[in-house]
Formats: sequence, C-alpha cells, structure tokens
Amino acid sequence: MVHFESVCPLRSSSIRTSWNRLVMQAIQVDNISKSYGKISALKSVSFQVEEGELFGLIGPDGAGKSTLFRILTTLLLADSGEGHVAGNHLLRDYRKIRRIVGYMPGRFSLYQDLSVEENLSFFATIFGTTIEENYGLIKDIYVQLEPFKKRLAGQLSGGMKQKLALCCALIHRPEVLFLDEPTTGVDAVSRKEFWEMLKKLKQKGIAILVSTPYMDEASLCDRIALIQNGEILTINTPEGLMTEYDLPLYAVKYDDTYQLLKGLRKMPYTKSVLPFGDSLHLTVEAETPVSKITEYLTDLGFENAEIRPISPTVEDIFLELSRRTESKND
Amino acid sequence: MFKIFKAFVKKEVYHILRDRRTLLILFGMPIAQILIFGYAVTNEFKDAKIDVLDYAKDQSSLQLVQHIQSSGNFLLNRILHSEKEIEAGFKAGTSKLVLVIPESFGADLYGNRPVSLQLIADGSDPNNANTLVQYALAMILDFQKERLKLAENPFQVRVETRMLYNPQLISAYNFVPGTIALILLIISAMLTSLTIAREKEQGTMEILLVSPLPPLLIILGKVAPYAILSFINAVLVLVLGYFVFGVPIIGSLTLLLIICMLYVITALSLGTLISTISKTQQDAMMRSLMGLMIPSMILSGFIFPLASMPVVLQYLGHIIPATYFIAILKGIMLRGVGFNFILFEVSVLLGMTLFFLFMTYKKFKIRLE
Repeated sequence: MVHFESVCPLRSSSIRTSWNRLVMQAIQVDNISKSYGKISALKSVSFQVEEGELFGLIGPDGAGKSTLFRILTTLLLADSGEGHVAGNHLLRDYRKIRRIVGYMPGRFSLYQDLSVEENLSFFATIFGTTIEENYGLIKDIYVQLEPFKKRLAGQLSGGMKQKLALCCALIHRPEVLFLDEPTTGVDAVSRKEFWEMLKKLKQKGIAILVSTPYMDEASLCDRIALIQNGEILTINTPEGLMTEYDLPLYAVKYDDTYQLLKGLRKMPYTKSVLPFGDSLHLTVEAETPVSKITEYLTDLGFENAEIRPISPTVEDIFLELSRRTESKND
Repeated sequence: MFKIFKAFVKKEVYHILRDRRTLLILFGMPIAQILIFGYAVTNEFKDAKIDVLDYAKDQSSLQLVQHIQSSGNFLLNRILHSEKEIEAGFKAGTSKLVLVIPESFGADLYGNRPVSLQLIADGSDPNNANTLVQYALAMILDFQKERLKLAENPFQVRVETRMLYNPQLISAYNFVPGTIALILLIISAMLTSLTIAREKEQGTMEILLVSPLPPLLIILGKVAPYAILSFINAVLVLVLGYFVFGVPIIGSLTLLLIICMLYVITALSLGTLISTISKTQQDAMMRSLMGLMIPSMILSGFIFPLASMPVVLQYLGHIIPATYFIAILKGIMLRGVGFNFILFEVSVLLGMTLFFLFMTYKKFKIRLE
C-alpha cells in the first residue's frame, strides 16, 4: 500500500481512507524506536490494538511505557518507525489524532486549583463540546464524583483524582483512550472499580491502551504486551500467556527461606528460583520428577520443606521471559 | 473558537484569584514599589543633623549657623568645643556633617580677606556626603551673598540655573516613569512566563497539547488576563504618582495609555519567549529576574544615568525595552511632547515586540521536546 501511494499520490488519500475503513486498527505501531541520548527507551516496538479492544501494556517502571504513550499521543517524535492511531499517521495527521484521542498521563495532570466541575467543563469546552452532550458516557463515573463537584481537584483522594482524570479524558467521546498507569497509587478497592469502568467503556466501542506495573491486572485485559527495557517480550491473551510457560513450576516453602534459596540455586535441575512472598517459585528443567527435588532437599537437611506444583502467574511469566531475553542479549 | 478562548481566560482568572502569591505580586508589588521608591530611595533629605565647631563664637558665625538651618534641610545637632569631638558624632551616627568655623571668621568676612570654612562629611556614604556638602555649600554662598551684597558688584559673574521640567528636582519625576516600566515588566513578563512554566511543571501542558487547541490560542489565552491586569497596574501607578507624589502628566493621556499598552505587549512577548525556554517555574523566575528585572533596573537609566556608564554597558542599555519606554514616558509626562518627538523610541519598541513575537512563534513547541 505504501508503494502504491507513492506511485499515485493524487488518489492516495481516498484509497487510504477506504482501506483504513476495511481493516482499521485502533492503534498500529510498526518498529518504533526512541532513545534519549545514549539510553534507548524503545527498541523497535511493534503491535496492534483492534477496535474496541482493551489492551494492556505491562512492565516495571522505566520499561518505556510512558515514552510509548507520548509517542502515540503525538507528544514525542519517534526516532524511527511508523505508527497510526485510528488510521491517522502519527506525524502527518497529528492534529487529527489530538482531536480524537483521550489521554490520561501517568502523573495527575489536572488543574489542582480548579474544582471538579470547573476542570470537567474546561476540558469539555476546549474539545468543543459540553458536559451535557456526552454525559451518558461518563455518567457511571461522574455520579461518584458529583457529591464533591465543588471541591478543588487538589483536595481529592487518589482514587477520586483518577476518576476525575478519566472523566476529563472521556468528555469528548474519544475513539481511542490512552491511560498511562491509571491505577498507580490507588487503593485496592478503587483499582477494582476503575477496571470495571474500563470494561464498560470497552463495551461502548472505545479502544483502550492501558499501562500498569501491577502484574495482577493483566488478566483484566483482552490482550497484553509484556514490556521491559524498551522491548516487548510477548503479546498474548491472558489465557494464552499461561501456556507460554512450558516448564514445571513449584512453590517451595521452608522456615528459613534464605538458606533454602541458597540451597536450591545450587541444585543441578534448577533453571530459576525466585522469592514470592513467603515461598520460593522454583522452575526446573523439563521432565524433572518431584521426587528428585525432595531427595536433593532432604540431603541438604531441608526435611520439612513443602513442595507443591503450581500454575504460573503473570509475574512468573514476566520474570522468565525477561530472563530469557537477557541471556539472549548477552 | 471564541467560546474556547473565553473558557481559557476564565480558567486563567481562577488561577490568579486562587493563588495568593500571584495576587500579592500583582497588586502588592506595584503599591509597595512606588511607595518604597517614593519615600525611601530618594536623594532629597530633610533635617540632616549637623555639628558645628565654632571657634569664632561671634555675631556672624551665629548668623551663618542660623542661615544654614533656615532651609529646613539641616538641623543643628550639637555645638562642639574641640576638634577631638568631631568624629564622635560620625561614629555614633548622630551627625552627618560638621561645619568648622575659624576664629577669624567675622573679621575676615567683613575685612575683605579670603574666608575659609571647613566642611567635614562622613565619606563612608559617598552619595549622601556629596549631596550634603553641595547643599551646605549652596547655603554658605547664599549667606555670603546676602551679607556682602555681592550682587551689586558689576564685575561679578552671575550664574542662574533653572531646571526645566522639574524645577525643584523632585525625584518622584524620575522614579514614577521608571517604576511603571519595572512594574509592567515584572507583571507582564515574569507572571506570564511563570504561568506557562507552571502548566509544564504540573503536566497540564501535556493534556493541553493533546487537544484540538491551536498553540496560538494557548498563548493568547494565557496572556490576555495578564495584559489587562498589567494595564490596570500602569494606570494605578500613574494615579498614585499624580496624587501622592504630584507627578504631572503634561502631554496627551491617550497617547500615554496607548504607549503603555504597547509596552505591555512587548513585556508579554518577552515573558512568553522566556517560557518557551524554561521548563520549571523556578527556571522561569530566575531567567526573568536575572535577564529582565536587574538589567532594566540598572541599565535603563532609571537609577543610574546611562551616559556615564562604560560604552559596553551603554550598548546593553540600548537593547533594553525599558530604556525606550522610560524615555517616552518622561517625554510625554514631564515635557509634554507629542507623537512626532517619540517616533524613534516607539518604532524601536514596536520592532522589538515584533521580533520577540516572531521568536516565540518559532520557538513554541507543539510537542514535549
């Protein structure tokens, strides 16, 4: 298609539009790279988000999530690679993109000295709409804020602030919603509520790209991308992700976790062993029977160690994949 | 589009009204500054304490001391009895000037012999000492003239000085135009650069950029409330100057207000230019203080005359908008000149404004970097 455009520039825009309508992805990212000086924040990242999809970007702080958000919201320019948001080119059509996306930055970025109502009506006005016009979209969220509508935004609790920010990002009925770590610093109850709101928004046909450092939120997305050090480790559905873990995984528990960790690291079958809460998650080479592990542990004097097979969590998968990528890069 | 602009201005007004610091700078600063310059930073003085070491102690020396006090500038503090006491008054800070009258004062004065008097001043404060000595000298010459009727001597050269436009050399005539120039600069440039930097610092600029708002509208919306407030401040200072310090406005008031408005726009465009290169409020504050306030105060001819500075500083003074604005203000307010006399200064200001606006437009970032 790109080739065709360059040959026939006159007809290109109409063709692009009709083509986009057929196979339009909400977000299309092709080999985007970005570096700040010597530090490369994104290394040839590619993925697609379908229309009406809730897509999660999961990775620790400094993985490059915010940089990617800023590139997709046209706030930063990529060093190389291309991208489209709702069929609009990131560079050429940046004005169009700014009209049709909703963006909630990682840091609370509303006017702290304006009230809830003033903030919302300001953002409605600059997008050329009114609160009343799109009230239906934000109603579920806004009813919770309504009792505090005269309160200054700076005096709201963390959860309330995020709800207000979401309302402000939604007030112009965006086609694509970018939420950069919306649940960071928010209590567990509010986090749960927040994800329920996202589900409802998805049902209204809005594509959502959401980032989070919390691995447990992965299962709430349609698809997730695990990202670390500017590289996407894998893209899959939450269920599909579980099958990517093809090695036996055990939870091992003992009174002295530290000694147990040291002991297990030396075990010949061990692929990796990592502390999780009060137990250790042990990955061993394929087809290693449990009896061998028990035997090894008894020899070392960990008689009462409790071993049980478990299914992997997103965190296990994340750590395993990042371990593999690192050893590959070395 | 106008509705969006209105919403933007309304938001900005909320920011201003809800921030005590901004309000204080906006309305406290002009009043404080004009009162400080009016009452504290002035070359005039009243009732300066002087000591007199009078060896003569006769009729004429008493008359001289009387005469010196008659203007209201000097007040006799102590009559000294010996040379040793001279320094005591300076050290204690009770006197600023000592007049020493020799024993033969009366006899010399009327005996047509050269008379010598001694004035001793506290040189640790040179400006003040200079002024005091000059005032005292004037009073002594005056005394001499009166006593000897020198004016009747046909061979005497008589110099009569007249200070046009400010006959009494009232310092308010100088500092009111200067203060207007400074206040407009502070409010327009510093506050606008601060308010734009605040949007960047708090991350709201990110949201504003990811919206259909054209950059020009963001700037105009930020600047408009400050333009109005700055203009109100200019009028406030003019009114204070007129009623409290008696500074006249001889020329056309309309012309004066139009020029004030032009200068407000110059300062605003400087403020927005500063904001395009500063990322934080502190950064913006430092840049506007160091880059605008201090040069405008020192190099604009407001406090120190530009002509007596080294050539390099004179050139620097000529690229400061305040220099031209102060010249225009003095022209209109004190000399009552019309537009054709300030044409050069006005066109320089206008040129500078256009240059700053162009630079702002070139430098305004539509993205975060």
